[in-house]
Amino acid sequence: MSFDYEKYLRPGKLPHIWCPGCGHGIILKGLIRAIDKCRLAKNRTAIVSGIGCASRLPGYVDFNTVHTAHGRAAAFATGMKLADPELTVICVGGDGDGVAIGGNHFIHACRRNIDLTYIIMNNNIYGMTGGQFSPCTPTGAFASTTPYGNPDPVFDIARLAIGAGATFVARTTAYHALQIDKLITEGILHKGMAIIEVVDGCPTSYGRRNKFKSPSDMMTWLKDAAIPVEKTEGMSEKDLEGKIVTGILHRDETRPEYCEQYALLRERAQRKEG
Amino acid sequence: MKKVALIQGNEACAQAAIYAGCRFFAGYPITPSSEIAEVLSRKLPEIGGTFIQMEDEIGAMAAVIGASLCGLKAMDATSGPGLSLKQELIGYACMAEIPCVLVNVMRGGPSTGMPTGPSQSDIMATRWGTHGDHATIAVAPASCQEIFSETVRAFNLAETYRLPVHILMDEIIAHMREKIVFPEEGELEVLNRAEPTVPPAAYKPFDASFGDVPPLAAMGSNYRYHVTGLNKAEDGFPTTKAALVDAEERRQLRKVDVAAVAKNEEYLLDDAEFVIVSFGVVSRSARFAINQLRNRGIRAGMLRPITLWPFPAQRVAEVAKNARAVIVPEMNLGQMIGEVERAVCGACPTRSILRVDGEPITPQQIIDEVEEVQHVL
Ligand SMILES: Cc1ncc(C[n+]2csc(CCOP(=O)(O)OP(=O)(O)O)c2C)c(N)n1
Ligand code: SF4
Repeated sequence: MSFDYEKYLRPGKLPHIWCPGCGHGIILKGLIRAIDKCRLAKNRTAIVSGIGCASRLPGYVDFNTVHTAHGRAAAFATGMKLADPELTVICVGGDGDGVAIGGNHFIHACRRNIDLTYIIMNNNIYGMTGGQFSPCTPTGAFASTTPYGNPDPVFDIARLAIGAGATFVARTTAYHALQIDKLITEGILHKGMAIIEVVDGCPTSYGRRNKFKSPSDMMTWLKDAAIPVEKTEGMSEKDLEGKIVTGILHRDETRPEYCEQYALLRERAQRKEG
Repeated sequence: MKKVALIQGNEACAQAAIYAGCRFFAGYPITPSSEIAEVLSRKLPEIGGTFIQMEDEIGAMAAVIGASLCGLKAMDATSGPGLSLKQELIGYACMAEIPCVLVNVMRGGPSTGMPTGPSQSDIMATRWGTHGDHATIAVAPASCQEIFSETVRAFNLAETYRLPVHILMDEIIAHMREKIVFPEEGELEVLNRAEPTVPPAAYKPFDASFGDVPPLAAMGSNYRYHVTGLNKAEDGFPTTKAALVDAEERRQLRKVDVAAVAKNEEYLLDDAEFVIVSFGVVSRSARFAINQLRNRGIRAGMLRPITLWPFPAQRVAEVAKNARAVIVPEMNLGQMIGEVERAVCGACPTRSILRVDGEPITPQQIIDEVEEVQHVL
């Protein structure tokens, strides 16, 4: 029997706003499969986003959904999770949303190791506003605000997350559809901050300017550029240039989770009080 | 016996928040508000609440809104630079209609200004800081006892109207120590937001058939819904349909019952020829000045807005009718005077006393101004 996505989609909210060939829809399906695998109760699951094409995802799914302000998903989610630690809180959003304007909240949520699952839909561009470059746009690439090629170096989101203290960090691409739900499932089940970066294509605002003639060219790029982390042993930085390293890149089950730490703090405060 | 203590304004605010049922505080340190965070970092965990110091003021405001969405009464405290950073999310709370309380212990500005100097220069930033049209409620206490009661009222107003409510203090009253008598449990009214009673499938977070302030469900309860900062329809989902956008925008503005929210102190106003409109620490100088002037046979009185926004325009207009002049001392370069002039509308002359040098307006300044006005009129 084929998978029943409709069970999790809000009736009457489709069609979505995404362009034909946009990678975001593939990630939406992966997220739904992961939620189904984890058997999350709809009422006890919140999906929180920022602003952007990717951040429109919550409107389509039948959970508690919060479409916040640009870059603020992790900070809203931090408040929600602390207010209701048993609630499963999942953040979604674009690369610009997550690590440009939202970079400060992103790294500090990682540092706290609060039990959120954050899916970054990294299409290397500001899609919604028409293709201005993001911190993830490759150096030299063309965007509406890099007519001479992008002069900026690129953020490696996964490394940023690891450096900041996230305890589960994984990466895949929109081409690797089945790996998306596997990694998100692991992320949801992980106690602590889980970052899942899914590299995907924005044919409209990125592809057209960068020699991807069609959405399928973008898929081919994702397929060819991906390399499973297990196969990177012995490879140098130079060998890995232009590659997308996929799989679970970091996992640490030893660091305490923030809400649990706060619960202990409360106990200490109350012992002192009493 | 009632508990009595000599405490600082900021501490009174923190204690009152707990009395009002606040169980979540997120903030970012900034003088002269930090004591509120310090007190709550100790007190909240003792009673099962949560304190978090966020990475910046935007994050703090976001966490407060998130916690409130999940059903907690939540608060944040800051000063001018932090208020500037929070503006986008203050607008979010207005648009998505999520209650919260935001304390602003005012310092001068623009920019970093004078961190340890008192000021009243955020009157307009509070009213108009975030973009777009929106209702604003702000309360402005003038003593430690009043900081307590107004903080409780601020939570009540936030919960009643589903709005961010501002508590505006200046550095002097926030750092001043005064005796306060702690109200007993139940002595002050404590209100909670209306929760939905409809079956979950019928719930709409902005359903105007329940009045201008529709019930708000806690996320994670049995009600699932969508929240956005986009213009939304009754069901919470974004819309660009002209009629729906218009209806929602107008309801969001209309929902604050100006008469019910209004609160003024009127001091010797009945026969006053010279009406002083002032709030916060300035009202304390004004009271002293009025007593002196009365001793000299000059009939001065004060209208003190305790609810600063919505501004008590109607009351100002009424008292101006019998006044020889309305005088507005304020610690900025002319903010409240604009509201007063609009209300007085030429019924009598208006005068400003402005001060932005980090020193409070003295009673003598007010006395001098009244005497001068008396001579020229
Ligand atoms: C404070 C603020 N600044 C700028 C914008 C305009 N804006 C909307 S979406 C967006 C970029 C979104 O890009 P990304 O997060 O990468 O998501 P995508 O659209 O590519 O999915 C920007 C800059 C905004 N909404 N708010
Ligand atoms: S602009 Fe790009 S990111 Fe946005 S929907 Fe279209 S393809 Fe997707």
